[in-house]
Amino acid sequence: MNAATLFGLSGAALVGIGLYGLVTNPEPLRKILAFNLLGSGVFLVFGVVSRRAAASGLGGDPVPQAMVITAIVVAFAATAMAIALVLRLLQETGRPTLSADNSGGTDTVRGNS
Amino acid sequence: MPEANVLPEATTTDGALLVLAIVLPAAGILLSFLLGGRYVERIASVLLPSGFFLATIIFADVWQSGQRLIYIVGDWKPPLGIALRADGLSAAMMVAMAVVICAVAVFAHADFDTRGGSVETRAPFAFWILLMAIWGAMNMVFLGGDLFTLYVAIELLTFAAVPLVCLDGRAETLQAALRYLLFALLGSILYLVGTALLYGSYATLDIVLLSRRLHMEPATLVAATLMTTGLFAKTALFPLHLWLPPAHAGAPAAASAVLSAVVVKGSFFILVRLWFDVMPAMPGPAGAQLFGALGAAAIVFGSVVALRQQRLKLLIAYSTVAQIGYLFLMFPLAFDTVSAQLQSSGALTGGMLQAISHATAKAAMFMAAGLIYVALGHDRIAELGGVARALPMTVFAFALGGVSLIGLPPSGGFLAKWILLEATVATGQWWWAIVMLAGGLFTSGYMFIVLSRAVAPSSELLKLRIDVPRYQEAAALALALTSLLLGLVALGPVDIFQIGRPESTMVGLR
Repeated sequence: MNAATLFGLSGAALVGIGLYGLVTNPEPLRKILAFNLLGSGVFLVFGVVSRRAAASGLGGDPVPQAMVITAIVVAFAATAMAIALVLRLLQETGRPTLSADNSGGTDTVRGNS
Repeated sequence: MPEANVLPEATTTDGALLVLAIVLPAAGILLSFLLGGRYVERIASVLLPSGFFLATIIFADVWQSGQRLIYIVGDWKPPLGIALRADGLSAAMMVAMAVVICAVAVFAHADFDTRGGSVETRAPFAFWILLMAIWGAMNMVFLGGDLFTLYVAIELLTFAAVPLVCLDGRAETLQAALRYLLFALLGSILYLVGTALLYGSYATLDIVLLSRRLHMEPATLVAATLMTTGLFAKTALFPLHLWLPPAHAGAPAAASAVLSAVVVKGSFFILVRLWFDVMPAMPGPAGAQLFGALGAAAIVFGSVVALRQQRLKLLIAYSTVAQIGYLFLMFPLAFDTVSAQLQSSGALTGGMLQAISHATAKAAMFMAAGLIYVALGHDRIAELGGVARALPMTVFAFALGGVSLIGLPPSGGFLAKWILLEATVATGQWWWAIVMLAGGLFTSGYMFIVLSRAVAPSSELLKLRIDVPRYQEAAALALALTSLLLGLVALGPVDIFQIGRPESTMVGLR
C-alpha cells in the first residue's frame, strides 16, 4: 500500500465518521464538530488527488492545493457562523438545542408535519 | 492537451460585463462597511437597479448574437484558468432574479429604512448587505464556468441567506437558521467531495472540458450521486426539505421573498448545469425517473401539508416545497431514450420558465403575506375575514401569484406547465402529466382556502393596526403582474434558454 492510497483511505474514513456524526448527533455543537471532521476528510482527499498528479514529474498538482485552501477558508467561515448562531441561541433560550419543543419561544412558527 | 485545439474559447466583446456583474455587488458590500450603516441603503438603491440594467445588457447581447458571452479570467485558459460564461440560461435567470431583487428592495424600504438620519441599527445594515451579497452570489452561480467556482458561489449564497432567516433574532428563527445552515453545510461538503473525485479522474473542473472527457466509471457515478444529493439538500427537494418551512416562514417578509424566490433557485441552477451541461448521459433512464419521482413526491407532500396549515406564511412556505417539485419533473421529460441522454429540449425551457415564474409569483405572495401580517398583527388563515376589503391591492397581488402557481393562462406558470405537459405527451410519460394536474388541483385548493377567507365579510369592521404603505403593495403587485404576463414570452421569436447550449459539442459519450 503506497502513501497515496493510505491517505485516501484515511480521508474516506474521516468522511464516513464525520457523516455518521453529523446525521446521528442531535447536539448542534457536536454536529459542527462532525462537519469539521467530514471537512478534514475531504481536504485529505484533495491532497491525495494533488499527489496522484506527481507521476507526471511535478511535485504535486497545484490546482487541487489552491482549491483546498479555498475550501478550508469556506469551512472555517461556515464553522464561525454556526458557532455564532449556537452562542446566540444559548443566550436567547438558555439551551443550544434544535428541538422545537423545549425552546422558550411562545410564538413558535411550527410545521404541522 | 488535445482539447486546446478544439476549444477556440476567448474573451468575447462585452465579456467584461460578466466580471462587472460579480464585482459590482462585492464593491457595494465593501463600500457599505466603509461608509457605515447610514449609507448602506443608498448604496443598494444605486447598485441594485444598475445590476438590473447590467443583466438586461447581457441578456440583449446574448439574445442578439445568439452566442455565449465568455470572459477568461486573467487570460488563463481552462483547464488551468477560470472562464465565466453567460449562455441563454444564465442571461434569462440573471434578468429574472434582478427583477425580483429590485422589487424586494423597494418593498424592504419600509422595514429596513436606514435613511432619514435614524440611528444606525443592526438589522437594516445587515439586510442590505446580505441582499447585495445574494445578488452577487447568484450572478456567480449563473456565470461560473467551472464546478469549483460554482461551489464557492453556492457557499457565498448560503452565507448570505442564513443570516437573513434570523434577522429579528427570535429564538425560533435562530433555530431555523441553524438547522438551515447545517443542512446547507452537509450539502456543500457532499458537493465538494464530488468535485474532488471529478478532478481526480479528469484533471479539470471546467464545465465544457469536463463534458467532453466524462465517461461512465464508478468514480464519476459516486461523484455525481454525492453532488446531486448535496444540491438536493440545498434546494430543499423532498425528503430533504425539513429546514425550509420554518426558515422561510419565520424570516421577515422581504427576506422570505428573497429566500423562497431567489436562493433555492441557485442550487437548482447548479443541478441543471451539472446534469444538462456536464453529464447529460449520466443519469440513465432510471436516474431521470428517480429525479421525477422525488419531484412528484415533493408536489404531493408539499401540497397536502400546505392544505393543512393554519398560518399563511407557513402555507406559502410549504407551497414552495411543492413548487420545487415541478422543477424536477423536467429531468425525466428531457431524457431522450434514443440518444440516452438529457436533451436541451422543450422540457428544459419549461423547467426554467417554471423556476422564473415561481420566483416572481412566490416573492409577490410572501410580500403580500408580510403586509397582511403587519396590518392584522397575525397571519392565521381562519381569521383573515374582511382583509380583501381592507387591503384590496395586497390580496389581489396574492391572488395573481396564486394564478401563476396554479398555472392558469396567460401566466408564466401556465406556459411552463403547458410545455412540460407537451413533453409528457411527446415522450409518452403520462404518469408525470397526472402528477402535474393533481398538483394544480392541490394548488387551487389551498389558494381557494386562503382567498375564500380573505374575501369573506367579517362580522365586525376590520381594524388595521397600521396603514400599509402604497409602494409596498405596488412592489408585490408588480411582481405578481410580471409572473402573470410571463406567459407572453411564448410569443417571442427566439427561445432564449436554448442559446449557447453545448449541443454540438456532445460527442462520443461512452
